[in-house]
Amino acid sequence: MSDTRTLLADTCARLFTDQVTPALIESAEKGAWPGALWQMLEENGLTLPQIPESHGGAGGAWGDAHVVLAACGRFAVPLPVAETMIGAWLLSESGLDVPLGPLTVAPVRPADRLSLTKAGAGWVLDGVAGRVPWGAAAGHVVVAADSDDGPMIALVARGSAKVEPDVNLALEPRDTLGWSDARVLTAALVGSGLPAHALSSAGALARSAQMAGGLEFLLSQSVKYVTERVQFGRPLASFQAIQHQLALLAGHTAAAGIAAQKGFAAMDAGDAGFEIACAKIRTGEAAGLGAGIAHQCHGAIGFTYEHSLHFVTRRLWSWRAEFGAEAHWAAALGREVTARGADALWPYLTSR
Amino acid sequence: MATFNFELGELPPEAEKVRGEIREFLDRTLGGQSATKRALSWGGFDRDFSRKLGEAGFIGMTWPKKYGGHERSALERYVVLEETLAAGAPTSAHWVADRQSGPLLLRFGTEEQRQRFLPRITKGELAFAIGMSEPDSGSDLASIRTRAERVEGGYRVNGTKIWTSNAHISDYAIALFRTKVVPDKKHEGLSQFLVDLKSEGIGIRPIIDLAGGRHFNEVHFQNVFVPDDMLVGKDGDGWKQVTTELALERSGPERYLSSVRLIIELIREVGTEPGERAAVVIGRLAAHMATLRQMSLSVAGMLQAGQNPNLEAAVVKDVGTSFEQEIPEVVHALLGIEPRLASGSEFERVFGYLVEHAPSFSLRGGTREVLRGIIARGLGLR
Repeated sequence: MSDTRTLLADTCARLFTDQVTPALIESAEKGAWPGALWQMLEENGLTLPQIPESHGGAGGAWGDAHVVLAACGRFAVPLPVAETMIGAWLLSESGLDVPLGPLTVAPVRPADRLSLTKAGAGWVLDGVAGRVPWGAAAGHVVVAADSDDGPMIALVARGSAKVEPDVNLALEPRDTLGWSDARVLTAALVGSGLPAHALSSAGALARSAQMAGGLEFLLSQSVKYVTERVQFGRPLASFQAIQHQLALLAGHTAAAGIAAQKGFAAMDAGDAGFEIACAKIRTGEAAGLGAGIAHQCHGAIGFTYEHSLHFVTRRLWSWRAEFGAEAHWAAALGREVTARGADALWPYLTSR
Repeated sequence: MATFNFELGELPPEAEKVRGEIREFLDRTLGGQSATKRALSWGGFDRDFSRKLGEAGFIGMTWPKKYGGHERSALERYVVLEETLAAGAPTSAHWVADRQSGPLLLRFGTEEQRQRFLPRITKGELAFAIGMSEPDSGSDLASIRTRAERVEGGYRVNGTKIWTSNAHISDYAIALFRTKVVPDKKHEGLSQFLVDLKSEGIGIRPIIDLAGGRHFNEVHFQNVFVPDDMLVGKDGDGWKQVTTELALERSGPERYLSSVRLIIELIREVGTEPGERAAVVIGRLAAHMATLRQMSLSVAGMLQAGQNPNLEAAVVKDVGTSFEQEIPEVVHALLGIEPRLASGSEFERVFGYLVEHAPSFSLRGGTREVLRGIIARGLGLR
């Protein structure tokens, strides 16, 4: 990792170790907005790492966003950091101003469609989007919508939609937002620099980094637990059955980590379709297997609400399904690979 | 907790240039080779192929020119390895020498040994076998008992090595013997030797594998004289040296690519417009394979940088062999076809070969259990 990214990782780790306590996560699960934490994230330039300074960002790259998002996953940060990064990217790449404060994005499910219609000098938005992260809490929603002029990016303010609140397994808000003739603040055709399916691709990439970070937590937490916990007169760590389970978890963690890292590197190189699919497939699979191993090694205590293991495992179980689960991305990747033909597999893999 | 460090490794332009060269060579040399032959991967033994590869400058690539090497980077060599594996080239006649015996001599051998053996290895003329395991010493390698006793001008060796792949068709073995019995300290008193497999007193008995194949052997040593100049490194330093050698044996792309031919033939089988289920299966395999390649490249980058990625290599081998082992199972679950030996389609025979050989993937070069023990130690659990 470069020196600046090591510094960034240290900043995140320090801030989150101090601030993202079990009490803070619990209060967020009850519906409170951790505003003070958000403030600190913004002040430290952690919410828009990859957005140009001209649009209010830190002027870094997706590789920097990776560092922040992995840390958010590791510490189970209960805020729409990924969604803000993605929303700001969609806006800035489409030539629109990025507002201050937390953003979310919609639609996040492939089947949901939104539409924009010209109304006077501006545009109005119609449609329903389900499972929108922090749909009600975020200050603005960045939407990808169809229009007679083609696919567009638009910005709407909080309160413009009818909200049906809901949550994911980790009790993070996943709201249904319904717009009817709702005036948007700004709108523009999708920027030419954005890849196809920019919103869902970036969402899948962000979740990959969060899951890879979550797995790192599971590994270090499990190692710590089995080293301290004594049964049959010796630490659990001394049992080969435990050692081999954690070696397996280490393998999944390493695979998830590099798959996510590669996705962000490809994003910075400008063409990440293949790598994002790989990242979401590999991290999603590791998430399920890793959560299982971590819980098994923790025994009953890890299954209690009091113990904090579940803050990460419940997120992993939800995140792997968000922005397209493994099967969704694998089907798309499988179709691409087979269309190229059997003998193109290796040349294609080595060209990425 | 010690942490694993997998940084993305990037291949420099010169390595991508080598990719073009080796692909051209493999097309020319192997064009028309059947899928069933290619499925043997690095199990295929073909001295003629190895000689051609050596002539083309693709063996001993990183070694000094004065020993016949080409002073290329470890990453250029990596590209050659992954390309020969992906093509299913029969590399077995030079693989061991290029991967571990040669590097071992470079590191611990005498000048005379280097001059005598390395140039011939780079020409693809010398095949090496690995003399480590014994009938009572498999995963517990340090418990070996084959004795090399000091005699006038050298050592006299008695004992038995087992699972010695290709001993019957190789020229030399690098073998680990006990030169001194140190009570309660099994890691001490071990030494490595170059052994001429044609030496008097060596008996090589085949062990047929479950598929009827002959690559394994039991090698008996009865009063075999090994001259002093065939000792590798220092008498008594064998354990330290052998762990270095094992790290080389475990770190390469052959630890995730053994079943690549079955993936390629599976794609051919389902065609360019597969159903949803086949697409999901193939997409998943591609994602795993691409990720393992990045992990493997990361280890190659660490080796190039002069680091010692033993832990990372163990992780890649554990994850990689699980993947290559899983592929026949995935094909079975998807298609339910019968694995075939001689009859049936090319695809069914590739499938048959890999169904039968997959169990060996997590045994050879250190079992899954040994590797997980190494990883667990890295995690601070033992």
